[in-house]
Amino acid sequence: MFDFVKNQKIFIAISIIVCIFSLLGWIFWGLKPGVDFKGGSLMEVKFLEKNETAEIKEKLNSLNLGDLIVKSAEQNKIVLKLKEIDEKTHQEILKTLGDPQEIKFTSIGPTISQELISKAWWAIILATISIIFYIAWSFRKISRLFGAAESWRWGLGAIIALFHDVLIMVGFFVFLSYFKGMEIDANFVTAILVVLGYSVNDTIVVYDRIRENLLFSKSNNLPFIVNKSLNETIVRCLNTSLTTIVVILAVFLFGGASVKYFALAMIVGVTTGTWSSLFIATPFLLFGRKVAPERAKK
Amino acid sequence: MLQKKPWTAFVIILFLTIFCFLIDLPQLLAWIPGSKWFSQQRFHLGLDLKGGTQLIYEAETKDIPKEEIEYAVEGARNVIERRINVFGVREPSIQTSKIGENQRIIVELPGIKNVSEAIKMIGATPVLDFRELKEAEGAETPAAWLYTGLTGKYLKSALIDFDPQTNEPLVSLEFNKEGAEIFGNLTTKNVGKPIAIFLDNQPISVPTVRESITSGKAVITGKFTLEEAKELASRLSAGALPLPIKLIGQQNIGASLGKESVKASIIAGLIGLLGVACLMILNYGRMGVLSVLSLFVYCLINLCLFKLIPVTLTLPGIAGFILSIGMAVDANVLILERIKEEKALGKIRRQTIKDGFSRAWLAIRDGNLTTLIVCLILFYFATGMVKGFAVTLSLGVIISMFSAIIITKNFIEITSKK
Repeated sequence: MFDFVKNQKIFIAISIIVCIFSLLGWIFWGLKPGVDFKGGSLMEVKFLEKNETAEIKEKLNSLNLGDLIVKSAEQNKIVLKLKEIDEKTHQEILKTLGDPQEIKFTSIGPTISQELISKAWWAIILATISIIFYIAWSFRKISRLFGAAESWRWGLGAIIALFHDVLIMVGFFVFLSYFKGMEIDANFVTAILVVLGYSVNDTIVVYDRIRENLLFSKSNNLPFIVNKSLNETIVRCLNTSLTTIVVILAVFLFGGASVKYFALAMIVGVTTGTWSSLFIATPFLLFGRKVAPERAKK
Repeated sequence: MLQKKPWTAFVIILFLTIFCFLIDLPQLLAWIPGSKWFSQQRFHLGLDLKGGTQLIYEAETKDIPKEEIEYAVEGARNVIERRINVFGVREPSIQTSKIGENQRIIVELPGIKNVSEAIKMIGATPVLDFRELKEAEGAETPAAWLYTGLTGKYLKSALIDFDPQTNEPLVSLEFNKEGAEIFGNLTTKNVGKPIAIFLDNQPISVPTVRESITSGKAVITGKFTLEEAKELASRLSAGALPLPIKLIGQQNIGASLGKESVKASIIAGLIGLLGVACLMILNYGRMGVLSVLSLFVYCLINLCLFKLIPVTLTLPGIAGFILSIGMAVDANVLILERIKEEKALGKIRRQTIKDGFSRAWLAIRDGNLTTLIVCLILFYFATGMVKGFAVTLSLGVIISMFSAIIITKNFIEITSKK
């Protein structure tokens, strides 16, 4: 049996360091909002031969497009980023560029992007609240057996693990947007929500086992019970995250460019979700005590 | 019942599997009974996979009384739909959506080549409505006119005509039955008073009602040239909107991008499945093989439902499906781990399987419910394509519970000796 409890300080330290880096990155580098959240236009066109970005910028100069970012991509593709434009300007740009094949065009007005931002916040807040309620319901047995204070501790543990995972996820996106120039779009919010779900799922499975052992164990040596539970669930946790990661890895490697980063984010989320239920949520139950909670008297 | 007669259950599962498999196949051989129906079932691909355009329009509702807004927007939707149909796009989707106080009309045109033409055509749709004067006010400024609910929605036809007295060109309108009724009431109420015909939000003609008109016919007289009257009549007869709309967002996706993505995600899904199968068999041996078979059935059922419901598949939607495979595996892992443990306790085989499933079920249920909660929220808040993710993931999660608890269990039961 591996002694998780004895080594928990190392695991917690690793988590804290990663969280601090994520937070610092978020504060100093920030997230780059994409067209979805900022409003504006994004155009992807394909030429028959390679074009210099400077040349294209030069050509479009006369159209007064304001801030225009021109980037070249593989297979003679060019990506243009600019302010929100109407259909007439859109057609003019295509004409000026000599009618290349248009692969993608998105134009999003400020009202839509504002809405998307507020919707995203609402979705995250609502998801968190409903998950908290779900945890409370899920651990109602604890409260019946060991008192309400105990069930609050379990709920809090799951939520700390949740924030840990989301923070690292944000940190990961900060990293991507700083080094890879990736922009935050609606997929980012989806990724965060899925990680919310996955993280809680995993924590509940581990807690479930601790609860079971707590009920049937004759000893009141809490570290021992927790350690036993961790050893019993770790195979399941690793197998599950490994198989899930295999599936997502396939999406990452073969799923095409548009879902690549999404898949990568999911891999990070699944990893931290498993990590945090084993090494964050569970040690939290031990925090400041060594003896199993007394059963509430009826 | 299912536990007592595992073979009966197995036969049902087998039939289900064959049925799903037949639906999933793109084309069946002609001798198979019902092959025509099975082959007709198709995947519905979203814009991002098929290529096409999404246009987001905002309806301007400031002149319209609150209680009539929804009705007017619905009317606008129908008018746009009629116009789009002229354009001959297959499976267009025109939906209204209300976001806060804002009314939206979202037009999706899959596979359309000439987007700019379509935008121009929708944009050229005239906005027509009849308004009456506010009671107290005498001045005829645009603000003094009240929305009456009689709009271009009720227009049956518009023709060019000539004033018999002055011989000036005019446009005569005919309303449908519903419109004629409203027009009748309106004119009865306003005898001796002016009524304004608003075209594109500007009063174009302000005739005074001499008597109530129940025939449902009206004329627009203005200082038209012959050309102008002709153009207006033809614009109006193609449909007139009850309220003005504005294009506020647009997304075009080329067809080639979609094709690449479909191919890539199919490959990704297959490789992922293969990887999972290897892992499960390596870890759990014989039972691993059984759960892989159950996962295979799971995938067939899912794909079959995508065709039958039908679920519009988008790229995030496919990602959601692939993720749900992961969830389905999780359920199987939980069960097999539990069975291993129960076995270690030295129980008899039957009991091992029974306890393994019943104990694992709690964890499966709890875990999957949290995912479903998140999906539900995503479904409400997400727009367009991300919504597809929520749909396929939640569908997958629900079926995965079924497949783990019923199918995997059945396979294990019928293959294990007493």
